[in-house]
Amino acid sequence: MSRLNAVNKKARKVEQIIDAANGDIEALQSKTTHQGRIYYPMGCTLNFTPGWEVDNSGGTAGLCQPVERDLFDCYLGCGWPAQVPDHLNNAPEWTDKCSSAANDWRKVDVVFP
Amino acid sequence: MSAVAEVTPQTYRSAEAHAFQAAGADFLYLVPSGAIFRMEGLSKEIVDLLRATELSRDEIIDCFKGRGYLPGDIEGTLDDLEQAEALASNHVKPVKPALPIQNFPLQRVVLNVTNQCNLACTYCYEYSDDKITKPDGKPKYMTRDVAEAAIEMLILESSSRKGIHVTFFGGETLLNFPVMRSTVEFAISKAAEVGKEIEFSLTTNATLLNDEIVGFLSEKRIGVTVSIDGDRELNDKMRVFHDGRGSYEVIAPKIKKLLKTHRSNSIGARVTLTSQVSDVRRIYQHLTTELGFDSVGFSPATASPDRLYHIGTQKMDNILDSFAALAWEYRDHAVEGRQHGFTNVSDTLKELHSGVSKAYPCGAGLGLLGVSTAGDISLCHRFVDSPVGKMGHVKDGGVNHDARREFLSTHHIGARYDCHTCWARPVCSGGCYHEAFIHYGDTAAANLHYCDWIRGWNDLCLQIYGEISVRNPSFLDRFSD
Repeated sequence: MSRLNAVNKKARKVEQIIDAANGDIEALQSKTTHQGRIYYPMGCTLNFTPGWEVDNSGGTAGLCQPVERDLFDCYLGCGWPAQVPDHLNNAPEWTDKCSSAANDWRKVDVVFP
Repeated sequence: MSAVAEVTPQTYRSAEAHAFQAAGADFLYLVPSGAIFRMEGLSKEIVDLLRATELSRDEIIDCFKGRGYLPGDIEGTLDDLEQAEALASNHVKPVKPALPIQNFPLQRVVLNVTNQCNLACTYCYEYSDDKITKPDGKPKYMTRDVAEAAIEMLILESSSRKGIHVTFFGGETLLNFPVMRSTVEFAISKAAEVGKEIEFSLTTNATLLNDEIVGFLSEKRIGVTVSIDGDRELNDKMRVFHDGRGSYEVIAPKIKKLLKTHRSNSIGARVTLTSQVSDVRRIYQHLTTELGFDSVGFSPATASPDRLYHIGTQKMDNILDSFAALAWEYRDHAVEGRQHGFTNVSDTLKELHSGVSKAYPCGAGLGLLGVSTAGDISLCHRFVDSPVGKMGHVKDGGVNHDARREFLSTHHIGARYDCHTCWARPVCSGGCYHEAFIHYGDTAAANLHYCDWIRGWNDLCLQIYGEISVRNPSFLDRFSD
């Protein structure tokens, strides 16, 4: 918001809320210096972005990203490790047989916590 | 008749706000959010236009295109103004239901450690003709076990709040110094046990200050508020001993010594204005330069209109003028980055800076409760020993949460309909419960007798705030915590 100048603390809070509401979804990697912008990892299923889980025909062929992407792009791409096995300490080899997520996702190991 | 309801075209008007100018700039104080924006060019022109008339989006765009603005700029500015709620639309958004306050953590107790006083100030709300307290049959002095039960209640009711505060009050507080001292020691150890940070303050008439007491106040970092009404002539008009002798001669040397010795916490003067004592500048000058106070706050005496010392409307207007003169002096100091001790201004600036939008006028019954000598819990220190605003007993069941909830639901700004069209309500919220009870016999009444005064004062402080924000914005950082 650039057409009104926030003066007190409440006005700055209002400004942040407006900026956050108007901000686009941006990839976490491309974080800029905009204040108040909410950063969603691009392609993250937490977005519930329409068309992410299924395309407009109800299938997965027309998605802009392959569905398999969220198997481990959550933390490889976005540093968001909660949904996948711990690649560093407990399950370092769980993706060794999967060189390309879109093609080899069936080869990903099953890991039990 | 058509089966499909016709959709009313969306139109815009300026939302509830108070516009003001300062340092050549235009500002908007939004109500009820309390946000302050500086407006320039198009945003100001749109707000001004829509104050007089209600127009559709297309009509607004056409109007400003005619004045040479680009459609994209007009659209963007309209969006910003609408989202900041500087504009209101005829398409009413659903109102979020307000949740009733549940379990608000207590922050402060005011312990009236005695209801006795060695002075007989004419205007005293505890002893004057307007008194609402009924101390008959109540103990004159709070005992240690009642005070300690009050501290335990504070710790329990403060829930997860880290910082808590105890204020000692009277009567004349220092008439019961032994209990005050033991309570401070007890509270410090109890707070340490549960990992809370505790602070203390004291209100006194200064007549009983001595080396031992001042040493204790300094050692325990106890903030002090001294009740005093100015120089000898002004102070002694109202603040007298029971035999009619003025108190100035007794307190002046004690205050000087207090200010010299006690440097570990703030010491402020609190002046009560009446029809006879209203020379604000003279009082401020004396208390700061002659006695050495860093901060001075003024408040009119709470009194029924038929009391001699009651300040009438005309006199209140004069007081606003003298407040304004002192407030501009505050502005001059602030612009140069210097401290000024007129706390009525700094208190209001602090609220404007954070952008408060109060649901209640003060913390009474919310984060603050009063405790009487007998241990009765009340709305605040002004209601102790009164049947009004009673909320339990420190040793008999603690806080009566039903009574507290009932009070908070009936005194919410949403229930004060008189305030709903006033732009000053984010800061005022209807005013003091005790003042309302004295004037209207009802704590829930809005204090309509000083609405104009409050609006005048808030407008003045907004101008000062706006000017400081332009000329020395870093001065406002002191209000940020």
